[in-house]
Parts: sequence; structure tokens; C-alpha cells
Amino acid sequence: MSEVQISACPACVAAPAAEEAAHARDVRDTRFVLSLPAIYCAACISGVERELIKQPGVRAARVNLTLKRAQVDADEDVSVDDLISALTRAGYEAYELDAGAISATETDRKGRAILTRIAVSGFAMMNVMLLSIAVWSGASDVTRDMFHWISAAIALPAIAYAAQPFFGSAWSALRVKRLNMDVPISLAILLAGGMSLFETMESGHHAYFDAALSLTFFLLAGRYLDYRTRSVARSAAEELAALEVPRATLADGTVVSIADLAKGALVRVVPGARVPVDGIVVEGASELDRSLLTGESLPVEAGVDTIVSAGEVNLTGPLVVKVTAAGEDSSLHRMADLVAMAETSRNKYTSLADRAAQVYAPAVHLLSLAAFIGWMIATGDVRHSLNIAVAVLIITCPCALGLAVPAVTTAASGRLFRSGMLIKSATALERLAEVDTVVFDKTGTLTEGRPELSNLADIPPHARGVAMALAAGSAHPLSAALYEAARAAGVEPAPVSDIREVPGQGVEGRLDGMPVRLGRAAWLETQALAQTATYLKIGDETPVAFAFVDHLREGASEAVAALKRQGKDVVLLSGDAPAAVADIARRIGIDAWDAECLPEAKALRVAELTRSGRKVLMVGDGLNDTAALAAAHVSISPASALEATRVVSDMVLLGKSLAPLGEATQVAVSATKRIKENFNIATLYNLIAVPIALAGFATPLAAALAMSASSITVSLNALRLTRFTKR
Amino acid sequence: MNVLVYLIPISIFLGGLGLVGFFWSIRSRQYDDPEGDANRILTGEYDDHPKP
Repeated sequence: MSEVQISACPACVAAPAAEEAAHARDVRDTRFVLSLPAIYCAACISGVERELIKQPGVRAARVNLTLKRAQVDADEDVSVDDLISALTRAGYEAYELDAGAISATETDRKGRAILTRIAVSGFAMMNVMLLSIAVWSGASDVTRDMFHWISAAIALPAIAYAAQPFFGSAWSALRVKRLNMDVPISLAILLAGGMSLFETMESGHHAYFDAALSLTFFLLAGRYLDYRTRSVARSAAEELAALEVPRATLADGTVVSIADLAKGALVRVVPGARVPVDGIVVEGASELDRSLLTGESLPVEAGVDTIVSAGEVNLTGPLVVKVTAAGEDSSLHRMADLVAMAETSRNKYTSLADRAAQVYAPAVHLLSLAAFIGWMIATGDVRHSLNIAVAVLIITCPCALGLAVPAVTTAASGRLFRSGMLIKSATALERLAEVDTVVFDKTGTLTEGRPELSNLADIPPHARGVAMALAAGSAHPLSAALYEAARAAGVEPAPVSDIREVPGQGVEGRLDGMPVRLGRAAWLETQALAQTATYLKIGDETPVAFAFVDHLREGASEAVAALKRQGKDVVLLSGDAPAAVADIARRIGIDAWDAECLPEAKALRVAELTRSGRKVLMVGDGLNDTAALAAAHVSISPASALEATRVVSDMVLLGKSLAPLGEATQVAVSATKRIKENFNIATLYNLIAVPIALAGFATPLAAALAMSASSITVSLNALRLTRFTKR
Repeated sequence: MNVLVYLIPISIFLGGLGLVGFFWSIRSRQYDDPEGDANRILTGEYDDHPKP
């Protein structure tokens, strides 16, 4: 055996074996990612891990508290649902995440790369600064030259490595003949480095190695803040998307991915589940909740040959649906075309930072060129003129500007994230600050789409008990709401026997030999009301109507009141029936409302408002709002919205409450104010420092002082945003 | 002033040591779950499945 093992290259033997082992593990391993939104402490970590490890077939489980996720390695026959129900039993809320939709490793690598560059430039900056102190305090001749040479040896490689992101971005802008903020930055860093090297060789007095390095360091810090904000938002958005694992149950009970479904396949949809595909009902009878697609709060009847669309929710009976379109082809995805068209208008928005850069970048170049030409004419000394031009370029360089925006957005989005709001788009805060009109959708946004019994007091007492007993036998949302209302009012259920659910119609039973029925108006042969209602018939008595209103979403009234207090116009546009919309508008205090809006009509109304000079904030959740969301100046959707809707929104409300809306607009206004203040501070520094530099009095010490002071003031000013959270 | 011949290399070397340490901490993914690590150290039980 040992004879075989001995070979000229032991690695050649080991490598294939290792590869094989890794490959084998790939095949056997099933990796789940669970979202654990409620964990917060050390006990939760060990509790969750212990609970997961206890499950048969689980090999390893590791909780990440920062991301509130758990990674599970398990055998193939382990079902996620078992793990989730085990965790729920142990008291930890858990959801499955689609592991493929989470690409944390890729973004982590980018973040680590920026951190490494910051570390290198920080290390070099501190060393060169220390050496420079000796020069500033009067080292001369050979000592100064030696210190300059050592500084050069540290600074030049550090710049070459750490400033690469700026060079790359500046180059790609110059290649298409544009100027961005990175062009003056790169020019300043390169010129400062080159000029200082030349001065060192000629044993001159001034070297700007420290300035070039601190410029790199501060600007990289700004970049990192910017990156952090975006990656936090992105990973939370990915998590929202990953929560919807796209699966369908076939008629024979096997579970497949939506992507594997073919046209003509039969899919079973159980009560309470979302219809995963477009199709035609071939078996069963039920009711469908179409509120996410059309905004109607009233469920519609579904039977054989009813056409169903992806995104509808099946309410009462099981349905078997023949697939006509799945995945990319389904109506959910086709909506994307409408969105793409509306979105182009919004992409025209230029952020404050870009607008500042458009003015700033040419000004900096021209000023420094003017300084060079002016001093050339006055003195005719090329080296001295070039020195002054470089000093001007370094002092005017947008160090504070590079920090001004990221520091503020990081502070503001961190604050909004804590109050349950996720910012997906980089310019969303600035756009939100300009808003003067707010358009709300009704079903699912202002209301939870959850019915609430409104007329229990008008129901004869004996009917209440009968209705409660019948409602207990059904999972229909109206039944559940009726049962809940009756229980809260202390009603005792009547002794109804033989309770049986008739799919798509209602519930029936027997009371003292009399037939009793609770269900649709048509089933009881009575006239239907104009609003959501269910009907009860006891024997031959006249049917009694139980009317329902939509349950208002938590914080909806507060949000509307806060927005009105801020002087914004509030409009309600809904696809629902006028009676239901009027009722909600009255309860919540909105005067301007419109009912029975088609998706196109909503988008049109938003576009009209925009044309008349309004800046519209659209808040909506349904597929029927998607086009309007994309057409608005800025858009917000709740986490319960469809994925397609969340994708087009600039911000997502993570919690159930709408209350953060009022705060969000305020934070946006003060964030924009801080950004402008920061620009002003930076300009003020330049106003003082530029004349000094132009006059030729700027030393490396002055440059270092001006740069650090303005960067620190700007960062501190941004931090004031977070401070007023705690109040 | 001759002491600078020793002091400058020494100070740069020590600074470089810190830099290498920082690189190592990034490489070994010590910033992946700062909150979790801060809490794990408080649990009484031994972590049987430390991060690979």
C-alpha cells in the first residue's frame, strides 16, 4: 500500500481525491436558508441552533444574528416545513428563503475589497503624516530630503493600489467624453504624487504625499459608507424576494418549481394559497380574492372553466387548474412591459451630487489652469507655477463633497431602516423630499384586505349564535371575521349539528331539525347588498345580512394625518366599488378619491398630476398599482405587496404599520437640507482656502489642515440626523 | 539623529504588522456577523460548531 502512496508528487494523488470528496458532498448536501425575523439575543442563537440540530437528518446549523438568518446543512430527505414548524413550536418565527436569490458572498467580496484599500491608504497616510510633522516643524536639507524619499516610498505604491477605484471610474467617464467627480479626484491625486516626486528629486521644499494619501483615505471612506447603505438595502430586498419560493403542487401531490411547469399541466391550489400560474379551472368550486390584481375587495366565484391568473388567492374549496402560462409568460410577468415604459421618465432624475459635480468638476480644472497661466505670466517660473496649480487642485478637490452625500444618506437610511423602511434607490430620499402630492391605493395598502364585521348590533340575537356556530366550520375569511366578532361580543354558539361546507357557496347545518345556511346571496336566493356581506337563513325566515368593512391598516390614519399636516395633498385611487372606497375615504379623512380605476387609469392620473407640475408619491401594493408606482416621482409599497410591485418601488415598508410614512417624508426633507448644508460648508472652505492657494501661500500643512477640517465638519453635520432619532 | 536609522524602520514595521493583522481579520471573515459574535461569547455553553 505504501508503495502506491509514494510518488514524485503527493499532491497529484491527493488532489483528485479531494475533488471527488467535495463533489460527492455537493450531491448529498441540501442547504436551506431560513429567515428568523424575531431573534435578537444570545439565548436565541443557541436555542435555534439546538432546535435545528435535534431534527433528524440535520448535520449542521449556524445562525447569523446580524442578518437574522440560519444556514442549515441537511440530508436530502429533510423537509423545510418540518424544520420551520419545529422552530415555530419552540417559539421562533421562521420562514424559508430561496437560497438561489441570496447572493451575499458576491457583495461581501466587494465590501472587503474597499475595506482593504481603506486600510492600506490609512496605514500609509498615518506614517507619511508622522514623517511630515518633522518637515513641517523645520527639518531642512538632507534630513528633509530623506524624509521626503521615505514618504515617497510609502505613498506611491499605496496610491497605486488604493486609488484604483477612482482611476477606473474617471477613465470610463473620460472614454465617453464626460466629466464626473472622479476626474478631478484622480487628477489631483496623480498630479500631487507626480509633482511631489519631482520636488523630492530636485530637493524642493514642498511635497504633497500626505495630502494625496489623506484625499484617497477620506474619499474611500465616503465610498464605503455609500456601499454599505446600498448593500444593506439590497440584501434586505433580496430577502423579501427570496421569501416567495416559487413552487406549485401538481394534481398528483408532487411539488415542483414553477420553472419546470409545462403548459397543460394540472396544478392543485388548496384554500388559502396563492394561485401560482395562469390557467383554467378544470375541477372544484371556490371563491377567489383578486384584490392584489384588481383592487376589488369582494371575492369572486370560481368554478369549472373560470380563468384564473397568477397572484389571486384561493379562499374556500380546493381547485385543480390547467396551466395556460407559468413563470415568465404569466400575466404577472407581462405586467413588466407596462412598468418598463413608465420607468424611463424617472431615470432622467439627476441627483444633487451629480448636479454639484457638473458645476464643480469643470470649475476646479479651469481654476487650477488659470492659476498656472497667471503665475507663468507673472513670474515665468514653470516649476513654481506648477506647484501653485497643484496646490489649488488639492485644496479645491471635492474631498468634503465626496463625503457630503454618502454620510448623510447613510445616516438617514439607517434611521429609516430602524423605523421599518427600506430604501432601494440611491436618489429616493432626495425625490421623496420634493413630494407635494400623495396618492394611495386602497385594498392592501390603506386597508389590510381583511374584512371586519360592521353590523353585529343590528342582527337579531338568536341569529348571532347560529351564524357563529356555522362560521366556526369554515376557513373563509368572512367566516373567520364573523366568528372573531361574535366571540369578542361574548356570543354563545347555538347547538347546530351536521355542519358541512359547500365549496364556493357557504356552510350549512341543522338546528332543531331546521336547515340553516350561511353563505352567498345567490345560494340563499336573496338580494345581495352593494358591499361585502354574507347571509344567514334559518329555516324559512327572511335571510339576515352580515355586512363587512375592510380592516384599516395599522397607522393608516396617522400617516394620512401626518402627511396632511405637512401640507401635502392626499388622493385615494382604487379599483374597488364606489361604496367601499367612499367608506374608507371617510373613515381615514381623505377628501379626494376615485373608485373603479383600471390599472392604466391609475397610471394616467399619476401622469396627469405630474404634467401639472406636481411631484407625486405613490403608495400601493397590488399589481394594478404597478404602472402607477413606476410613473410616480417616488413610490413606496408595503412588504405584503407582490414581488413585481416591490421591484418597481423605491422604498419598501418592512413592518405592518403605515405610520413610518409621515416620518419618512420628514427625514427626507431634513436629509436633503443636510446635503445642501454640507455643500455650503465645503464651498465655504474653498472660498477661504482658494485665494490663499492662488496667492501662493498654501503649504502642504495648510492643505492637510483644510482637508481634514472640512471632512470632519461635514461628517459631524451628517451625524446630526441620527441624533434626533433618539428623542 | 542617527537613531532615526533604527526608529523609522521599526515604526514602519510595527505599523505594517497592524496592517497585516487587519488583512487577516478581513480574510478570515470576522466581519460577517459582528452582532452574533458579540452575543455568542456571552453564552455559557461551548460552541460545538464553530464557523469553518
